[in-house]
Amino acid sequence: MGSDAPAALAVEAIDVFYGESHVVQHVSFALRPRSLLALLGLNGAGKTTSLHTVMGFLIPRRGRIMLFGEPIAGLPPAAIARRGIGLVPQGRRIFPSLTVAENLAVAAHGAATKAWSAERVFVTFPRLAERRRQYAGLLSGGEQQMLAIGRALVGNPRVLLLDEPSEGLAPQIVAEVARAVAAMKSEGLAIVLVEQNVRLALSLADDVVLLNAGRLAASGPAAAIAADPALIDRHLGVF
Amino acid sequence: MSAQFWLIQTLNAVAMGGLLFLLAAGFSLIFGLMRVPNLAHGGFFMLGAYLGATALDENLPFWLAALAAALGVGLLGAVLERALLRRLAGNEQGQVLATLGVAFIIADLCLMTWGGNPLSLSPPAWLMRAIAIGGFFFPAYRLAVLVLAVLLAVLLVALMEKTRLGAMIRAGVDDREMAEGVGIPVSRLFTTIFFLGAALAGLGGVIGGPILSAYPGLDTDMLPLALIVVILGGIGSIGGAFVGSMIIGFIYNFGIALFPNFAYVILFLPMIAALLIKPEGLFGRVPQ
Repeated sequence: MGSDAPAALAVEAIDVFYGESHVVQHVSFALRPRSLLALLGLNGAGKTTSLHTVMGFLIPRRGRIMLFGEPIAGLPPAAIARRGIGLVPQGRRIFPSLTVAENLAVAAHGAATKAWSAERVFVTFPRLAERRRQYAGLLSGGEQQMLAIGRALVGNPRVLLLDEPSEGLAPQIVAEVARAVAAMKSEGLAIVLVEQNVRLALSLADDVVLLNAGRLAASGPAAAIAADPALIDRHLGVF
Repeated sequence: MSAQFWLIQTLNAVAMGGLLFLLAAGFSLIFGLMRVPNLAHGGFFMLGAYLGATALDENLPFWLAALAAALGVGLLGAVLERALLRRLAGNEQGQVLATLGVAFIIADLCLMTWGGNPLSLSPPAWLMRAIAIGGFFFPAYRLAVLVLAVLLAVLLVALMEKTRLGAMIRAGVDDREMAEGVGIPVSRLFTTIFFLGAALAGLGGVIGGPILSAYPGLDTDMLPLALIVVILGGIGSIGGAFVGSMIIGFIYNFGIALFPNFAYVILFLPMIAALLIKPEGLFGRVPQ
């Protein structure tokens, strides 16, 4: 890994609190350009909190967050989104009273000149095209997940944050989502993936960061982590 | 009673419905989308009427006076949202008290500035006549108010349902944090809504001026009507506000004509019925 080029996303020693509760403690990780980093850990390990802090929903009390070398911590979420971070949140959080097409329209940035437009999302996920005039609240869980991914993509992000994209989905839909994630990576997007399905995460990841109770427990190339069942067992309890 | 009685009262009712919509549309926008129970809305309406009266005294054309008053009241609304209500986000009791305080301040400032005597507003000259309808005459201005209300209702529904801006506003109401997370500047949009809602009240004050005139107490006369319309029609629904306005227009007119002693009671009955039977109103959205 070249040390000259800045990381796509560098989280540097952040501390995040919910009130007095110190939920992310001195966590650092770096996402290389054009790579996928899996952020793994048990419930309450601080994975979603870390993503929300990158997105600007939470402000770290200490530490820095750099997007391609520029500091973003402390900016409002809308500004962070427009600088190139896209979030596919846990639970999908599509806008239920907007149609499928409107969900994409409100999130679109630079669609005329850049790679991702609503039309391309409809080509990628034909099921969404069929339902483009339906209210998003009426979609199935899998369709809502596709919409949440499409909504992040039409913002043409440089870094994509995926929080539990396989949660609650049928195996067939999980496979479709996994294919889409792999395709986005091969197009050059840098991705942080939070995922309970460790096997799926390891199959997609270049690098892995393990969190345990808000602290960094281990990190390294995915192949090395996958080859260490004892490590996985210790921090994830299952494999 | 003669057919003419029913016809005239019906026309009066829809004309009043139109006026009520001009009053209630802005209230519905602010209350429905931002959940701010803006008790200064009657004050916005009255301030609009007074500003319009002054603009007409300066010989501005009627429509320009209406526009100027709308702009002035709209700006006041935007400033209030930024400086005061933003700090009270989520605190409904605080919002009620703060907007009530603003209502008192507006009322006193109006009294200081324009005095205690009612000011009349003249409609545009070309509407100062009566139109013959089925053998009797009806004031052209009241029909113009109705036409304007219909146009405004169509325009507002189109803005909210058919434009990207409207979709962004609805996204901000659905899930504010996530809307910001996809790059929507929700806080600026909410100031825009407050501007628009207050401007509509100011516009309503001027448009209603030739019928109601501007007088101390106009604010507290109008605020309950706005509340009744929005509760009946459903919070957050422009179409609901329009239908609610028409229903209240009919009930008020026929109530006064048929049961003059009970007019005010009759006015509140549909609201009570709505709260008992369908608390979200006729066209209200059920909160997600």
